[in-house]
Amino acid sequence: MATKMTGAQIIVEALKREGVDIVFGYPGGAVIDIYDELYRTPEIKHVLVRHEQGATHAADGLARSTGKVGVCLVTSGPGATNTVTGIATAYMDSIPIVVLTGQVPTKLIGNDAFQEVDITGITRPCTKHNFLVKRVEDLAWTLKAAFHIARTGRPGPVLVDLPKDIQQAKTEFQWPEEIKLRSYNPVYEPHKRQVEKAYRLLEASTRPVILVGGGVIASGAHEEVRELAELLHIPVTMTLMGLGGFPGTHEYSLGMLGMHGTYYANMAVANSDLIIAVGARFDDRVTGKVDAFAPMAKIVHIDIDPTSIQKNVRVDVPIVGDCKRALAKLLEIIKEVGRPSKLWKEQFKEWWEQIDIWKRRYPLTYKQDGEHIKPQFVIEKLYELTKGDAIVCTEVGQNQMWTAQFYKFDKPRTLLSSGGLGTMGYGFPAAIGAQMANPDKLVIDIAGDGSIQMNIQEMATAMDQRLPIKVIILNNGYLGMVRQWQELFYDRRYSAVQFSTIPDFVKLAEAYGAVGLRATKPDEVEGVLKKALETNNLVLVDIHIAPEEGVFPMVPAGRATTEMILV
Amino acid sequence: MERKHTLSVLVENTPGALARIVGLFSGRGFNIDSLCVAETLDPTLSHLTLVTHGDDMIIEQIIKQLRRLIDVYKVVDVTEEGEFVEREMALIKVRAEKETRAEVLRMCDIFRCKVVDVSPRTYTVEVTGPESKIEAVIELLKPLGIKELVRTGLIAMKREKKSA
Repeated sequence: MATKMTGAQIIVEALKREGVDIVFGYPGGAVIDIYDELYRTPEIKHVLVRHEQGATHAADGLARSTGKVGVCLVTSGPGATNTVTGIATAYMDSIPIVVLTGQVPTKLIGNDAFQEVDITGITRPCTKHNFLVKRVEDLAWTLKAAFHIARTGRPGPVLVDLPKDIQQAKTEFQWPEEIKLRSYNPVYEPHKRQVEKAYRLLEASTRPVILVGGGVIASGAHEEVRELAELLHIPVTMTLMGLGGFPGTHEYSLGMLGMHGTYYANMAVANSDLIIAVGARFDDRVTGKVDAFAPMAKIVHIDIDPTSIQKNVRVDVPIVGDCKRALAKLLEIIKEVGRPSKLWKEQFKEWWEQIDIWKRRYPLTYKQDGEHIKPQFVIEKLYELTKGDAIVCTEVGQNQMWTAQFYKFDKPRTLLSSGGLGTMGYGFPAAIGAQMANPDKLVIDIAGDGSIQMNIQEMATAMDQRLPIKVIILNNGYLGMVRQWQELFYDRRYSAVQFSTIPDFVKLAEAYGAVGLRATKPDEVEGVLKKALETNNLVLVDIHIAPEEGVFPMVPAGRATTEMILV
Repeated sequence: MERKHTLSVLVENTPGALARIVGLFSGRGFNIDSLCVAETLDPTLSHLTLVTHGDDMIIEQIIKQLRRLIDVYKVVDVTEEGEFVEREMALIKVRAEKETRAEVLRMCDIFRCKVVDVSPRTYTVEVTGPESKIEAVIELLKPLGIKELVRTGLIAMKREKKSA
């Protein structure tokens, strides 16, 4: 007979069996038993954060940079509610994390007990699924199911709420090696006939575009995308979440599309006669005014989540399945038919001529003024100095868009950014998660002076763990993206976008034992960045950029993507 | 074009499953016209009949979104499945004073309603049938004075083929 284990022991054992070696968390009364168990478990590294939101973003950063499931552990009540933004961030971007929350003892649930909150109720709309464990006998199965649900199908966050008495109760440990849920069976294998239809559309097309979304990265389909593009000579554009899913330096890359996409990407999509969308969900930042989106194009949409298909735009050939498998099948058909690559090239020759005209007409660019540091210049320099070999996290706003435009991402899982929810304060804790999981890689957070202050407390966490993260603050003294909207659409009425107090980031870095650097003139940028990259410590680089620099091109919200405001 | 759809949903009989479904409708701005839930022969599954309306793209989204919920086992759009039987029940407490008591009973007779509770001034009437019948009875009883009305919401079942 198996020996009995406490709930807390089962939880830690389950983490071990799921291959979890890092947990981000913050203790409290309702999880003290689990922490007691972790105390005896050196195989699992616990990273003590300074705020539970930081723990969820760090788990998310670990997940995005490795493809594994990120885990965080927090207490009941405020500990649990503090994770909500992080959970919603992961949910919108389909990132697999498991959030373990403590809960008051089962007999107190519903009594408004101290630090009680209905966290499964609160997170129901922003988790892929969640559980409240009410019997210790269900615990092992539930944890297994949580990891299974988080990582399979369209990945997402799963929360498991763990009442204190369940952590203390004892039962025999029975670990289900495999889990079957009758109500949850994601479809991986695409329908062959649908893929054949897609092929026929390609044959009939003269102006095709491949649209790469985050699903390409989630399913690891980047090589298939590349093979398809190269074999058929098709231009590739990416959503923010898709950056890195196809090499940004590739001659066939059009860069990002959408609100702050390149002129040529938006023009190509608008004039295309066929869009092969892979793991993208046609978010409003991508489509602009939906009625005017790619009016001449037939759309092939590959996605593992049927709800993404036909949600925002009408689709001609829906393909439900894993992006990697669907593309592999398409490539199989292409090779079977065996049309020479040269013929495809010929077929799209005029299309490429047109795209080259667009590229030459409005390349992605910015103006130097000799006096101010231009943020685009900083990103370009950073790209040059790192040779693109880094994991780059961003906050949200202008810093994020300049990064997406000017840093060229060649590999998947190298850009970590809150795309769907647009969470300011995401980047820095995500960088902590990424650096913990990738100790030998260079991890950078590109921030604004606004965003960095949203989770600045995590500097202490980074120092605890001796993480040499480079935080590049593009400091314009404004909440820049909102200011840009106010400038363009609200007659420059700058309402609540300027902080009266901004901390001295250099001193702040020093206060935490980190290194602070500053650049205020264009000719200081390179030196300061070099110094930061050479420093084996947490570095905050405060770069004073042109205060009213905007992100362009820009498609005003709700307008057609061809109506771009250029530089 | 907006149309009414009756959805038949099998869902795990677990706490929170219903909240997930209802939350999906409110969170995404879908409509629930009526909702009826009860256990099935298999006590681990609940059956839900849900009446909603919307254009084709909305209905497609509703069905897909329901299927995406981990607890949802099966969704059938009964409206699209051909012929189906639909039933609803209502309890109507109608004023029945001296001069109208006979009139109420006559109405009940015509519509095959049952009187399930009697007081000196009211009858409580049970009526079963498709939605159109329930609505007809309500319309006809209204002038006599309806004091209280409770409806169950629709349940539906696909009709079997008439020939082998």
